[in-house]
Amino acid sequence: MAHTLPELPYAKDALEPHISAETLEYHYGKHHQTYVTNLNNLIAGTEFADASLEDIIMKAKAGLFNNAAQVWNHTFYWNCLSPNGGGEPSGAVAEAINSTFGSFADFKEKFSTSCVTNFGSGWTWLVKNSDGSIAIVNTSNAASPLTAGQTPLLTCDVWEHAYYIDYRNARPKYVEAFWNLVNWDFVAKNLA
Amino acid sequence: MTHKLPQLPYAQNALEPYISRETLDYHHGKHHAAYINKLNDAIKGTEYENKSLQEIITSATGPVLNNAAQAWNHAFYWQCLSPAGGKLKGDLMEAITRKFHSLERFEREFSTTANGHFGSGWTWLVLDKVGKLAIVSMHDADSPFRHGQIPLLTCDVWEHAYYIDYRNSRQSYVNAFWQIVNWEFVTEQFKQASHRQAA
Repeated sequence: MAHTLPELPYAKDALEPHISAETLEYHYGKHHQTYVTNLNNLIAGTEFADASLEDIIMKAKAGLFNNAAQVWNHTFYWNCLSPNGGGEPSGAVAEAINSTFGSFADFKEKFSTSCVTNFGSGWTWLVKNSDGSIAIVNTSNAASPLTAGQTPLLTCDVWEHAYYIDYRNARPKYVEAFWNLVNWDFVAKNLA
Repeated sequence: MTHKLPQLPYAQNALEPYISRETLDYHHGKHHAAYINKLNDAIKGTEYENKSLQEIITSATGPVLNNAAQAWNHAFYWQCLSPAGGKLKGDLMEAITRKFHSLERFEREFSTTANGHFGSGWTWLVLDKVGKLAIVSMHDADSPFRHGQIPLLTCDVWEHAYYIDYRNSRQSYVNAFWQIVNWEFVTEQFKQASHRQAA
């Protein structure tokens, strides 16, 4: 089964001024595309040739895992963002956040700190554990919450390629901008 | 002991067109400086306060290790580069030819390792524990000193090293890297390392 680059759920310039069209040009058009291409090359003729992306993530190692997880992570990240995003969550997401972190402001601060202090390349996630509780976790490189049995609810990509065109070394500014784009409807669907 | 950001051994625009002034402005002036500042904050009042960078690297963990190793790695990387470049000759040329058959094949193997390194990190030419040359890749802030190896040459493959100039094309950056390797410095490292291991 050949994996394909999913379409961006919005135009490349739709996230401006927070994330530029040029960043999406590279981040989606080059980085995400390369992971898809590498993955297809790596699975050809192997036991993973017909496996789903999730299956590969759960079972594969090294380069195969890295490319499959990065394909999944990026697709999930695009869906976590929206030109109509931002603001605060409502309903079940708001309740879960308030009961776990005290308030949305406390959650936002804690998630932002995790993003800024994730050393090297990686991802910061809000996840649902198997017992239904929610938590903030950092992963390195391509590592995925799926292999830890967690359900991803929201992610922020903190690889330097996610923000270097727009913010250079200033990861905190990128994370601040990220909050203007968070697609809380998507987060709510993931929690449900 | 307060650690200080070492001066670049050349002007910020000296490595153009291979590495831009803007890259050095950020890479040295922001990234390297931030590692030094964070290290100084992190060691205040701890057992690491009066230790050298190398002592911290071989004994610390967590953010103290990360910032100390990044401070050392960057200082070493700046010295591995030079606008004059220069040619490899002498003992190191012989050792590289012996191990990798030719300088060209060494550069090809080192480039493949650098291009294939997943995520942030560094690709190194080291003298390993038994005195042999080896090409190794390390993640994030990891250091050859933590593996009993002596660093001779490094290429920074964190995205911040090349994203301004080459965007996602790490390969173009690694190709350019060979135009500015300071072989004189690398040869000197090899000489000192060989003496240390012989002693």
